[in-house]
Amino acid sequence: MRIPCPYCGDRDSQEFVYRGDASPVRPADPAEETEFFDYVYLRENPAGPIDELWYHAQGCRNWITLTRDTRDHAISAARLTSEGKSA
Amino acid sequence: MSRLSTGGLIDRTRPLKFTFDGKQYSGFEGDTLAAALLANEVRLVARSFKYHRPRGILTAGTEEPNALVTLREGARAEPNSKATAVPLYDGLVASSQNRWPSLGFDLLALNQLASPIFVAGFYYKTFMRPAALWEKLYEPLIRRAAGLGALSGLPDPDSYDRKHAFCDLLVIGAGPSGLAAALTAGRSGLRVILADDDMAMGGHLLKERSEIAGAAGADWAAGVVEELASYPNVTLLPRTGVFGVYDGHEYGAVERVSDHLPEPLPGQPRQRFWKIVARHALLASGAIERPLIFPGNDRPGVMMASAVSAYLNRFAVAPGKKAAIFTSCDTGWQTALDLQAAGIGVAAVVDTRAQMPALADRLDLSDCVVALQGAIVDIKGSKSVKGATIRDGSGKETSVVCDLVAMSGGWNPAIGLGSNFGNRPVWSEELNAFLLDKAPPGFSPVGSAAGRMSLTSALGDGIRAATEVVQQLGKSPAEMAIADVAETGGTSENMLWVPSGIEGKAFVDFQNDVTASDIKLAASEGFVSIEHLKRYTTMGMATDQGKLSQLNGHGLLAEETKKTIAEAGTIMSRPPYTPIALGVIAGHHRGEHFRPVRHTASHDWAAENGAAFVDVGQWKRAQWFVQPGETEWRTSVDREVKATRGGVGICDVSTLGKIDVLGPDAATLLDRLYANMFSTLPVGRARYGLMLREDGFVMDDGTATRFAEDRYYVTTTTANAARVMQHIDFARQVIWPELDVQATSVTEQWATYSIAGPQSRAVLQALLPDIDLTNEAFKFMAAGEYRWRGTKIRLFRVSFSGELAYEISIGANRGRQLLEAIMEAGAPFGIVPYGTEALGVMRIEKGHPAGNEMNGQTTAGDLGMGRMLSTKKDFIGRAMAQRPGLTDPGRMSLVGLKPIDPAATLRAGAHLLAKGAEPKAANVQGRVTSAAFSPTLGYSIALALVTGGQERIGEEMLLNDIVRATDVPVEICDAVFVDPAGERLRG
Ligand SMILES: [Zn+2]
Repeated sequence: MRIPCPYCGDRDSQEFVYRGDASPVRPADPAEETEFFDYVYLRENPAGPIDELWYHAQGCRNWITLTRDTRDHAISAARLTSEGKSA
Repeated sequence: MSRLSTGGLIDRTRPLKFTFDGKQYSGFEGDTLAAALLANEVRLVARSFKYHRPRGILTAGTEEPNALVTLREGARAEPNSKATAVPLYDGLVASSQNRWPSLGFDLLALNQLASPIFVAGFYYKTFMRPAALWEKLYEPLIRRAAGLGALSGLPDPDSYDRKHAFCDLLVIGAGPSGLAAALTAGRSGLRVILADDDMAMGGHLLKERSEIAGAAGADWAAGVVEELASYPNVTLLPRTGVFGVYDGHEYGAVERVSDHLPEPLPGQPRQRFWKIVARHALLASGAIERPLIFPGNDRPGVMMASAVSAYLNRFAVAPGKKAAIFTSCDTGWQTALDLQAAGIGVAAVVDTRAQMPALADRLDLSDCVVALQGAIVDIKGSKSVKGATIRDGSGKETSVVCDLVAMSGGWNPAIGLGSNFGNRPVWSEELNAFLLDKAPPGFSPVGSAAGRMSLTSALGDGIRAATEVVQQLGKSPAEMAIADVAETGGTSENMLWVPSGIEGKAFVDFQNDVTASDIKLAASEGFVSIEHLKRYTTMGMATDQGKLSQLNGHGLLAEETKKTIAEAGTIMSRPPYTPIALGVIAGHHRGEHFRPVRHTASHDWAAENGAAFVDVGQWKRAQWFVQPGETEWRTSVDREVKATRGGVGICDVSTLGKIDVLGPDAATLLDRLYANMFSTLPVGRARYGLMLREDGFVMDDGTATRFAEDRYYVTTTTANAARVMQHIDFARQVIWPELDVQATSVTEQWATYSIAGPQSRAVLQALLPDIDLTNEAFKFMAAGEYRWRGTKIRLFRVSFSGELAYEISIGANRGRQLLEAIMEAGAPFGIVPYGTEALGVMRIEKGHPAGNEMNGQTTAGDLGMGRMLSTKKDFIGRAMAQRPGLTDPGRMSLVGLKPIDPAATLRAGAHLLAKGAEPKAANVQGRVTSAAFSPTLGYSIALALVTGGQERIGEEMLLNDIVRATDVPVEICDAVFVDPAGERLRG
């Protein structure tokens, strides 16, 4: 599998560490325990496109947000996570 | 010999000797093993899987289910090699499989008589009860009676290579459509890889008599290959099977670099694994001929019609002297023409159809039985065909004498690779075969793999498909024209013939011994889904993945269940398309090359000084240093601990993770990463820090040192170095991207040594006379940047051992020099190097938690560090660490253990029980996480996690070790065994 790193270009997926669903946002402390519980443990598991986090550990060390379809692994978008949410 | 006097693509000037089952034979360069065996009139080559039926050579390609042999001997022996795909080489040694005592006389052929118990689902029925007998009796029995070749059991003496390649167009298969496509793309300047399983490129052009542009098909193919070889943008990979299609336009292929040689040339791998990334791929894998189902269709001498033509045309071998043809399409008639052209008599042509094809006009039928709407209903002979019984359309039966039966049931496009992606093929009414409806992205079938069966249409399709790819990639396609194609074959309807009312064993799946009656039985028992049928009968589950059997089986099932084949559907194949060696997947990653090895800067120094090394992740670390006369590891470790605590020792701690954190927001980031405060840390000071995961459990510990307002240096444990780096990047890029801070790993850049013991200051002062190291000037937890012999060093007064101690870092390239200088400066003070074991003993003596305690299930409170959690700021893990379950005072927490009997040994992993409690899981109140013999105290000590922890200090408990069957009475004590007030490290 190839991952389109916005910084390095297309790279072998073996260079990356997978983290998962990119949608949870860390609650601003102080926050209810339930908000942190959701952030830490609850993840969507859709059959379809999902934004998810990958870390280019053996490359530029950027965290990347990919939009990947879980049904066929087609990657439709990739951006540096530090540059904020896509529209 | 049945070698024809002329013709073929073999090199008659290069005879090759080989051995099969101990007998010497000879063949020619260009032969496959199967061709050479047939040339020597060896027809019985194998015994079948379940029934031990005599089997011969069925095909001339990689789809072969019968002619499986063990190739080579000793460690290089490779079972289940397809004789039809093994290139002949001088000195080749092969032997038959699954027979005892010999191929000709196989006692286990008695299984045939017991065949009623070997029917579909026999595993599930026959050996059901009693279940206890399964493992002891039934399974060994079945394994001995049924099976294929055996592995040598010896280490593989060969090496395997791996290569990554990128191209615009990958062409899978070098038959007519593949060659045409590769030529079009190659001339248009695309980066092309052309891969083909066979040792020679040309596909069916090598096997059929055809003419392209005035040349024989095989000569045209050779010309195209020569032209392609001249292009720098084209890579030709013969003897290379593409075995799988993966995400992101990736393809797996195995190049059999040396398998056509007796053994690999020096420095050459046996095989090479290719990981190919292709913008586009064309599946030009051709089509596979379907067998016909009739009693005795597995007898040696019954062959696929196209295989008979291949042996005649490509290898100049006559697989028989008198042939009968059984066909449901024109291919059988074509083979009859090939036979007559080679001077071999055709005794009969049996066609399931009502009409003779136009092709028949060219055949000499003067001495030939022709039966239309007919079928072969019996084969005479067991180890070889001696005759066939033919039933014609009127039901009249005739017997003919023959030693060869060529059968053709039409053609299946070889689309297996295209269904790798979960694309279930769809039935084409027009073609009577399954075709790819959907294909993986950037992948399309061409030529006969796409149902374009004639030579003319296959060539045209290859050009068309490649031209489209060239245009898609924005290049201009070369003008292509292939004129004057003369094909003797022609096209015919590709009907699927399914027999009815069969008596006797008519095989559907030759490799797994599945017969037509098995399919009917499965259908009558309700296994009517294709997937159930497959698993119940094992049809298509052999190493050939049903390349020959699948469609016939589905046709029979459809007939039984009164469905159409389109309704019954077909299965999908998965990689590998043809079996591949596990060795080629492992590649170079075996033995000492299994994973990379990391050496610290002074590794060689340690080795020269008696170090015994231990693997810590990828690192090699000195475990202890053996001095002359020391035979027990404990002697070395005890000496190192005593020498350090009593004088001075030095330890290489370069493997600790090191991270520079820089920027205006560096302090803010560290406050959020660590549970304790770092923004208040003065410049020139270090502080111990604890990191939690966001779920509130402890992640890692280490120190962070502030070298400037905006510059920190963070250390991590050896094991968590990469994880902490990733965690820091996550925090600064994902959670708080607004922070202006950078972080970078400098683990490999610095060599670091810990100098510990009461004499450490004196040693260091001797090394660095210009720096004031007095306690007043360089306090506990002081840090600074200095120079040693002109090179920058970092000096820290930190301690893991509990002694007065320092850490000194220098650029890794000068690590050994620094270490040697410290040893020289320390010699008058009796400095000793110590390893990880002594380091571990000293940290247990000091009650410092390490990896055994920070195991991902412990909280800061569990480890006695609850008060480190700052209440003045947010940090990762803060909120979740406050959950009731993590703050419950009843949780297990860290204590020390000492044995009541000082001579007793405490061991990690043992469980703590209340005195007198029964040793069972429900009564376990704690467990030992780390244990060591303390040379300082003179007895065994341990760290443990115990329910109630500190509350129980002074209590006597029983340490129960089920694994080692020991019970040791222990007393719970404080975890800090040595210098609990911490006076030594501050002095
Ligand atoms: Zn990158």
